[in-house]
Amino acid sequence: MSIKVAEEWLNACSGCEIAIVDLGERLLDVLNLVDFVHMPVIMDHKLYGQLGDQKHIHIPEADVGILTGGIRNEEHLEVAREMRAQCKTLIALGTCATHGGIPALANSYQNEELLQRIFSTETTDPADALPDDVPEILERCQALDELIKVDVYLPGCPPHPDQIYGALTALLEGRPLEDSGKSVCNDCPTIREGKGQLKNLRRFLQPPHYGTPDEPLDKMRCLLEQGLLCMGSVTRAGCGGDVGTPRCIAARVPCRGCSGPVRHEGNQLLDMLNGLASNGIDIRSLPEHTSLLRFSGAHGLLRPKRTKKEA
Amino acid sequence: MSKLINIAPITHIEGHASIAIQPDDAGNVEDCKVHFQALRGFEKFVEGKPAEELPRIVNRICGICPWHHHLASNKAVDRCFGVTPPPAGRKLRELMQTIAHAEDKLLHFFFLAAADFVIGPDSDYAVRNVIGVAKANPELAQKVVRMRYMAKMILEKFAGKAIHPVAGVVGGFSKPLLEADRQEFLKQMQELLDFALFTIEFAKTRVFPKYLDTIQSLGVIRTGFIGTVDDGGQLNLYDGKIRLMKPDATFTDFDIQDYTDFIGEKVVPYSYGKFPYARAWDEGFSMDLDNPRGIYRSNCLARINVADRMATPKAQAELEEFREKFGRPAQATLLYHWARLIEEVYACEHAIVLLQDPEITDPNVRTAAEPRAGRGVGCVEAPRGTLIHDYSTDENGLVTRANLIVGTTHNLGPINMSVNQAARTLIKDGSVDEGTLNKIEMAVRAYDP
Repeated sequence: MSIKVAEEWLNACSGCEIAIVDLGERLLDVLNLVDFVHMPVIMDHKLYGQLGDQKHIHIPEADVGILTGGIRNEEHLEVAREMRAQCKTLIALGTCATHGGIPALANSYQNEELLQRIFSTETTDPADALPDDVPEILERCQALDELIKVDVYLPGCPPHPDQIYGALTALLEGRPLEDSGKSVCNDCPTIREGKGQLKNLRRFLQPPHYGTPDEPLDKMRCLLEQGLLCMGSVTRAGCGGDVGTPRCIAARVPCRGCSGPVRHEGNQLLDMLNGLASNGIDIRSLPEHTSLLRFSGAHGLLRPKRTKKEA
Repeated sequence: MSKLINIAPITHIEGHASIAIQPDDAGNVEDCKVHFQALRGFEKFVEGKPAEELPRIVNRICGICPWHHHLASNKAVDRCFGVTPPPAGRKLRELMQTIAHAEDKLLHFFFLAAADFVIGPDSDYAVRNVIGVAKANPELAQKVVRMRYMAKMILEKFAGKAIHPVAGVVGGFSKPLLEADRQEFLKQMQELLDFALFTIEFAKTRVFPKYLDTIQSLGVIRTGFIGTVDDGGQLNLYDGKIRLMKPDATFTDFDIQDYTDFIGEKVVPYSYGKFPYARAWDEGFSMDLDNPRGIYRSNCLARINVADRMATPKAQAELEEFREKFGRPAQATLLYHWARLIEEVYACEHAIVLLQDPEITDPNVRTAAEPRAGRGVGCVEAPRGTLIHDYSTDENGLVTRANLIVGTTHNLGPINMSVNQAARTLIKDGSVDEGTLNKIEMAVRAYDP
């Protein structure tokens, strides 16, 4: 028997939806096993009725709901609540849904500061008023579980198609999803030699050291031990899919934490700074710190600087 | 006043938008607008971040075209820091971008656009989608899925991440291409080129002929166009000069560093997305259907209109056939679908050209950079249009200011106009049904926003 699936995107980029399409031929198997009842990117089911004449949004009942993106405006919130109401099991897909993702970097600013900049760039003609016939933005960008109950977390920016396939098949077969509790470093093949002499980090402005171009990754020294900021130790494992090798490392590029913290409620910034400091690395050698929360700034972790007293 | 028709969300597109149609008492269209609802604030929140990190932050603007944001951003940062990538580094960026174009166009044509044409615009929404297409044509579906997956896997195998890439780095590319990979990718791209040629032939013989009347009427507007060409006037997706063409086919070429002289953006009350217009034409901004001012379009139709020719033979043959039929510039909105498939052929051919270049396996792929104060405008042709990233940095190489003009936004004004045109033509005397509303959406889908 096929299961009904509803899918919606909120404060999202569509990368998670493309990751679903990137299942390849497995996508055709999935389409045979599930019955999509709502999914705006590929289906014409409408929120306000097929004739656009309803006052309130409606999403059909589903066994599984998939939500991508965080919650940024009133419409996102309305859609998220309707999805929660209609879906038996709700999956937060992607790091925006689980931890705010890159768009939650906006939480470092007041909304007025954002709007002021967006609508006064050097190419923008001065306007009498800001857009108002659009869904009102909320005070900040929030992860789903700040506002609705989430049953399954599947972070990743985007999650690897193998992870999505694994989660969907587990749900179809009624198996619980495993959370390994491991970090990206657990899957990383590079060589770690333990504590070294490293005192300062350098910025990623030149390649890491490795031998010939065809030298396998398991002959390259750990990028953090080479003095490059790499956030693998504070980031949830799994981005490499079935192959396992972390995807950024595969490109010989350090991790920036896109799968969010190892434990759902972790703090990548604190954990990273602690880790560096306890290894004798001067954290002042980082050019700035906000970026350590670039994928997980929801849950109140990133806040505007208090520059003036609240009235 | 009659009840508002709220088509929400617009479906089979890659972003958040809705159409609001206000009929008058007689049931004809009084007012019609397209709301673009996303507001995230990249132009603000990249401030203070190390510039070299931006290519892996701003790619999150779009999960469909992350490679293009990634590379436009890398080009802007290169310029801020005053570094030039070595030839192989530049070519690897271009190769990845070209393959990303190739898979994106297959995605749009088969996954997003095909249902309207293959299943039919008036059919039941429950089957008018890629799932319906796949069930009706299982062999083709399998082939499409396999071909697109193959292109995506080249990106993943070589560059680690296919979506939200990280392998473009300030000063070049993060790793060199090995000879064995080059040969494998070359074979795969040749297979993809065969499929691109099959696809355009399939569309020209089995899809477009049935809809010629619709193509000539639905959402048709008259505008200018923008795109990138090389020094010889050939279409180029990665680099070149920007060509801004008026509706009468006269054009000006300019250097992207000067873009603020040529492009302005209007704030409209019903959209968070701003509406770019041709500031250089000095005629203001108006979306009046009979007398538009400052309106130009981007994306594939725009690119093949502004280009004198295509750089590769099979794409050039397709362009000649297209121009013979529709002239230059071609204005019919649904011709975007046709133009997209011509570009698909080009992207596959051009990827092969790049892969046949012996220099592409040179191990020198990255120039070391030092942070410094500077300004840089980086630009590539994203699938949806001329994509502009403009940054300034302080002496520590931290971003002090960013201005972004994203490919799709050039088309926000034109999308409004095409939808308006379609709604006014199709909704008469109060008769509205699902098929009609879907056809109005087809005027949006052509732009692949």
